[in-house]
Amino acid sequence: METIDKIQQDIIEDFSMYEDWADKYEYIIEMGKTLAPLEEKYKTEDYRIHGCQSQVWLHADFDGKNIHFHADSDAFITKGLIALLVKVLSGHAPKAIIDIDLYFLSEIGLKEHLSPTRANGLASMVKQMKTYALAYQTKQVS
Amino acid sequence: MVNTNINMVPTTFDITAIREQFPILKTTIHGKPIVYLDNAASTQKPLRVMEATTKYYSEQYANIHRGVHTLSQIGTELYENTRLHAQQFLHARSEKEIIFTKGTTHGINLIAYSYAYQYLKSGDEIILSEMEHHSNIVPWQILQARHGFDIKVIPLQDNGTIEIEDFASLLTEKTKLVSISYISNALGTVNPIREIIQLAHENGTHVLVDAAQAVHHIPIDVQALDVDFLVCSGHKMYGPTGTGILYGKESLLEALPPFEGGGDMIKQVSFKKTTFNDLPFKFEAGTPNIAGIVALDEAFKFLDAVGFEQLVQHDQEILSYATEKLLSIDGMRIIGTAPEKVGVVSFLLGNLHPYDVGVILDNLGIAIRTGHHCTQPIMDRFGIPGTCRASFGIYTTKEEIDSLYNGLLRAKKMLS
Repeated sequence: METIDKIQQDIIEDFSMYEDWADKYEYIIEMGKTLAPLEEKYKTEDYRIHGCQSQVWLHADFDGKNIHFHADSDAFITKGLIALLVKVLSGHAPKAIIDIDLYFLSEIGLKEHLSPTRANGLASMVKQMKTYALAYQTKQVS
Repeated sequence: MVNTNINMVPTTFDITAIREQFPILKTTIHGKPIVYLDNAASTQKPLRVMEATTKYYSEQYANIHRGVHTLSQIGTELYENTRLHAQQFLHARSEKEIIFTKGTTHGINLIAYSYAYQYLKSGDEIILSEMEHHSNIVPWQILQARHGFDIKVIPLQDNGTIEIEDFASLLTEKTKLVSISYISNALGTVNPIREIIQLAHENGTHVLVDAAQAVHHIPIDVQALDVDFLVCSGHKMYGPTGTGILYGKESLLEALPPFEGGGDMIKQVSFKKTTFNDLPFKFEAGTPNIAGIVALDEAFKFLDAVGFEQLVQHDQEILSYATEKLLSIDGMRIIGTAPEKVGVVSFLLGNLHPYDVGVILDNLGIAIRTGHHCTQPIMDRFGIPGTCRASFGIYTTKEEIDSLYNGLLRAKKMLS
């Protein structure tokens, strides 16, 4: 498994090829399409992330060592954003996820989307993923 | 009134000159010229409104009412001038019938609380419609829990209208009040307000009209309508935010208790007994948004200068052009196809999520609104999560509609 840092670097490199906003969004939309399908049973209110204008569902599995995220959204761009986060954070240990600085978001020009007032809910997504990590870390310790 | 012949736009309507008055229309968003199509949420401000605000704070500012010093008197005069202008604008009988508020929501809450306190009890009924903005639903629900009255709802038809027969069938001897929008913010539907008021009055029922979406689209004459209460916002009629008007018939306002207590709304205060000020001050507690109200006068002057005849014709011309243009896109579904509409087009493009469409358009410099538009019951009625909404103003051009059209084609291509 690549380190979180390496994955962030790769995404930054991918984005550096795009000058045009449309190409960047097309990349994000394509990212969404690579997301593994989320089981229907997780597309409920319990798994929904609030703060997004579209619906986003997030589920996390823990194999005793690493967390595996599964997500979906009913909007393409939102799905692409959560797919980026899943790509970066999934398959890593709770502590690594809790401690991570997601610097790639500002590097690829998505920093402004992280504001909690943004309707895309990127900030809520990050928060929810870290909350899962915190919960599993607590479980691990106890 | 709204079904005007689009060929009748007088040549004196100079859209370039109008656009010149709105500095923001020269700005760019993401490097592209702004195409502002979110006027149902709020309209942009003409220079004269901004200049009046600056002038007031730079040269005329002091707190108003009761001040003996010159600045206070100047401010009071400016503030009260706006009231006179508002009275003329809405065709009210007296300036006592014009209460300044923070906006439509504040106006509805003011009437709702005072009216419910005075008149509503368990067993009484009020009528709302399914197309109401949340601000004309939630205050009533809060008060329902306190006073125990029932809320009846006029159902929405498939084309986004309400049937006058449905309304009539809800009226009973228990119906105290009808609170309804003049024009739907989400659908653009113009409601048959005259008929509603007439039927309600024949039943001995009062009517509160939410005119937030009406004031910048059609002329309003509260006396001709014979409406009991009417509320609107300054920011939707090219005026400042945090300003609004509540119109109420004098006799009814006299009978209602104050909503908020504080300075300015009293005559005498003692711990034994406090007496309230006369209308309109009885309902204006505390230092108001003086600069906003002073500048609101300039919004009235702007609208006076354009004239409602031209404003209505322009709005209808843009509405027809936009409707036709958008419908030419494959997969376009317009939500709200009432025969009488103003410049609001709510739509869905194929299966695309409104959020995705809104983000792509934003990157092209085009501002529309996406989501439920604070009308979740409408979205539930149509079984949709939300819509894209393009809404027009006095400065909207056909070229901007073309930009929207091209932007939607681009969004469709990117998202499919």
